Amino acid sequence: MPQRKGQLKGSPMSKDQNHQGDSQWPIWEVFVQAKTGAPHEHAGSLHAPDAEIALQNARDVYSRRSEAVNIWVVESKNITATTPEDNPTFFEPAADKIYRHPQFYKIPRGVKNL
Amino acid sequence: MEDESKLRAFEARIEAGEKIEPKDWMPERYRKQLIRMISQHAHSEIVGMLPEGNWITRAPSLRRKMGLLAKVQDEAGHGLYLYCSAETLGVDRSEVVDQLLYGTAKYSSIFNYPTLTWADIGTIGWLVDGAAIVNQTMLAKCSYGPYSRANIRICKEENFHKKQGYEIVATMAKGTPEQKRMVQDAVNRWWWPSLTMFGPPDKDSPNSAELMKWQVKLQSNDELRQRFVNLTVPQASVVGVALPDPDLKYNSKTGNWDFGALNWDEFFAVIKGNGPCNRQRMRARRIAHENGKWVRDAAGAYAAKKRAA
Repeated sequence: MPQRKGQLKGSPMSKDQNHQGDSQWPIWEVFVQAKTGAPHEHAGSLHAPDAEIALQNARDVYSRRSEAVNIWVVESKNITATTPEDNPTFFEPAADKIYRHPQFYKIPRGVKNL
Repeated sequence: MEDESKLRAFEARIEAGEKIEPKDWMPERYRKQLIRMISQHAHSEIVGMLPEGNWITRAPSLRRKMGLLAKVQDEAGHGLYLYCSAETLGVDRSEVVDQLLYGTAKYSSIFNYPTLTWADIGTIGWLVDGAAIVNQTMLAKCSYGPYSRANIRICKEENFHKKQGYEIVATMAKGTPEQKRMVQDAVNRWWWPSLTMFGPPDKDSPNSAELMKWQVKLQSNDELRQRFVNLTVPQASVVGVALPDPDLKYNSKTGNWDFGALNWDEFFAVIKGNGPCNRQRMRARRIAHENGKWVRDAAGAYAAKKRAA
């Protein structure tokens, strides 16, 4: 299995032409918001021919018990992701910047509600 | 040499309780074993709809019918969660589905048994879903992130499956003499196949050691089977249904319920395709897939038309 870079999934359409005359729809990633004010969270993925059917399938697959008040779908091929191999150099710059945290700063004793 | 150090790093991550995500480096064996396990699990959910689907139109009340419909719909959803997690490992769903339809993939052998009476629906929910929950509760903690998350979702929903089944069993066990006979007969037929759902004994399960080392599985087949028996024996006695095993007895030394020998010849015969319903199940799946083709084609054509407009 070749490692894939920059994409969340392999090219979902790659096998289409050989597939016994049956088409495989593209993969969509589904993000659901559980209640208003909450962030959208990745729930999983599904296949659909277009965005409209992707939303309907997402409701049926990921919200059969009112788990969502809002759903986003996005075709997997449109997602760009970091790769684990690049993690050390990609995320390292934040590791030594402790001055970005409030604990870095000394304040006089006794001061309140700062 | 490079792979050797990657393997060590991979195993150290698992040892530390980290989850492995799709794009992380993983040994080829880990990927292959997971694809095999997850797709078999997905196929089992899909084929598992057939024995129960048999009774939707003949459910004894609207309440029972709604419950059973919702349960069967959940199984379809569970199949889809699992196919989606298999796809994160680099297989196409169409490829995996073809393996099921054209006979090269396995699914849980229990779904090759027939559902003869309404009592079978209660018993399947109680015993078959009960056994599946024991297995899936373990898999919810497995080392592969997407498979773990799919199982967490599944476990949340399966609880209703087991309870609706147990309610049916409990109701019939308090019913007319004929209903009592019917439910006892169903339990007699499903008990042993439910125990074999956990797979062959540890000594005959060659993949287990590797799967446990990589924490794809956290407990062995025999441990899970014992856990299921221990959970189920008291549930049977509450409703007054007998489990068909003369050797079943409590072992005060181990705290376990000891049980009789399982029929592994039958298990392997059913896996090889010689169960009571293997051919019927596969025929039903193929017909459903072929009959759904025009819907897939129409949706695809409509999407293409909208894109062109």
